[in-house]
Amino acid sequence: MTAPVIGVLALQGDVREHLVALAAADAVARPVRRPEELAEVDGLVIPGGESTTISKLAVLFGLMEPLRARVRAGMPVYGTCAGMIMLADKILDPRSGQETVGGIDMIVRRNAFGRQNESFEAAVEVKGVSGEPVEGVFIRAPWVESVGASAEVLAEHGGHIVAVRQGNALATSFHPELTGDHRVHRLFTDMVRADRRGESL
Amino acid sequence: MSSTLSENQGPETGTARVKRGMAEQLKGGVIMDVVTPEQAKIAEDAGAVAVMALERVPADIRKDGGVARMSDPDMIEGIIDAVSIPVMAKSRIGHFVEAQVLQSLGVDYIDESEVLTPADEVNHSDKWAFTTPFVCGATNLGEALRRIAEGAAMIRSKGEAGTGNVVEAVRHLRQIKNEIARLRGYDNHELYAAAKELRAPYELVKEVAELGKLPVVLFSAGGVATPADAALMRQLGAEGVFVGSGIFKSGDPAKRAAAIVKATTFYDDPKIIADASRNLGEAMVGINCDTLPEAERYANRGW
Repeated sequence: MTAPVIGVLALQGDVREHLVALAAADAVARPVRRPEELAEVDGLVIPGGESTTISKLAVLFGLMEPLRARVRAGMPVYGTCAGMIMLADKILDPRSGQETVGGIDMIVRRNAFGRQNESFEAAVEVKGVSGEPVEGVFIRAPWVESVGASAEVLAEHGGHIVAVRQGNALATSFHPELTGDHRVHRLFTDMVRADRRGESL
Repeated sequence: MSSTLSENQGPETGTARVKRGMAEQLKGGVIMDVVTPEQAKIAEDAGAVAVMALERVPADIRKDGGVARMSDPDMIEGIIDAVSIPVMAKSRIGHFVEAQVLQSLGVDYIDESEVLTPADEVNHSDKWAFTTPFVCGATNLGEALRRIAEGAAMIRSKGEAGTGNVVEAVRHLRQIKNEIARLRGYDNHELYAAAKELRAPYELVKEVAELGKLPVVLFSAGGVATPADAALMRQLGAEGVFVGSGIFKSGDPAKRAAAIVKATTFYDDPKIIADASRNLGEAMVGINCDTLPEAERYANRGW
């Protein structure tokens, strides 16, 4: 079977790092900025960045509805930090008019761990990632206030939920793409492969 | 929840990865100079990835003359409270106490900036001593690497702030990119001499030669006034842009700000840049950099 094609939403954020991590996890990685580019990928990463900026640009350039439609239809999707916010069905404290793609029944709090001076690194055990804990890089990171019954909590830090999966949608508060450890991207790439085979991992 | 493992061993703040990683999150975006909470909101609504809080935009600093210093803490806090995007603020070159104050206010990034009047004509601040990350300006690779050696977690090409003229921004970004490309062709012997010429640590020079890029994010600044200017800097290799006077010194700031954001994301799509450029009202009045006396060139500040 050929390698899965995984897009990285390239409106703003650390796109390059995700492209590198996905390629290291044996996917064909490409940036996605237009609806026709979205139509060509088997899965999508929504990167870290500014959630307000990414949300605005997605609406402005006609990507929000196609994104929602594909996520609803079960396309595997992985969001880090701002990407996690984009995948939340609800934001606790949205800026006026801030829209999300949704896909995970959870409520997120933006910048929950604080401003940049509070940004930190910590080891995080992630369910489904074997071996050593993942090096969690948290940058003005959100956390998940609560999840619905169908969402599974994959990791916590300091009593707060920082990684969640619901079906084909995966989200982390932290940035594995900044670490050179590609295990979380491998987990996602495996999800995309399983989806292409018509099974759920 | 029993199925979830929680690890709490020593969260570490202020690491190089957290500081540089913060700048990675800003890539592809526009950072806008603002002087009031209202302007900060306009910038945020237009899609800015961060705002730079300052008392006067560079064009006014130029006009007013005198000593330009760190902004009033009340003014910076007002802007921090007004928006949810990151807030940056400027300290004078070498004025590490201004930087300490900015850190205590909780700004997300400190710009040790040549736009303010330098406080030290020999030394820049020791940026490793701070939890808050720093961005610094550079006109060439050696300057960029010296700033990174001092702890800068992000670099912006300097350009000439407050002129609305993109020519110096182009010159400085091209200079940095050219010097990086040249290093790529050097062998190990030559890298030692290159480090001497660049007046930069050998380890950093070697890292740049291997990576083919700076080890930190590179933005462009100083003279961007139009959507096409922003797209030009992106096509030349900037990972994002700072826009200072260009927005709030123009006829319709909200519209121009949104247009520059669009052109920065779709920097390689002339149709979108064209659409973004329509009916923006008056651009800021520019200054011809050829007629700018040496003493009034901010880019010359910093060593």
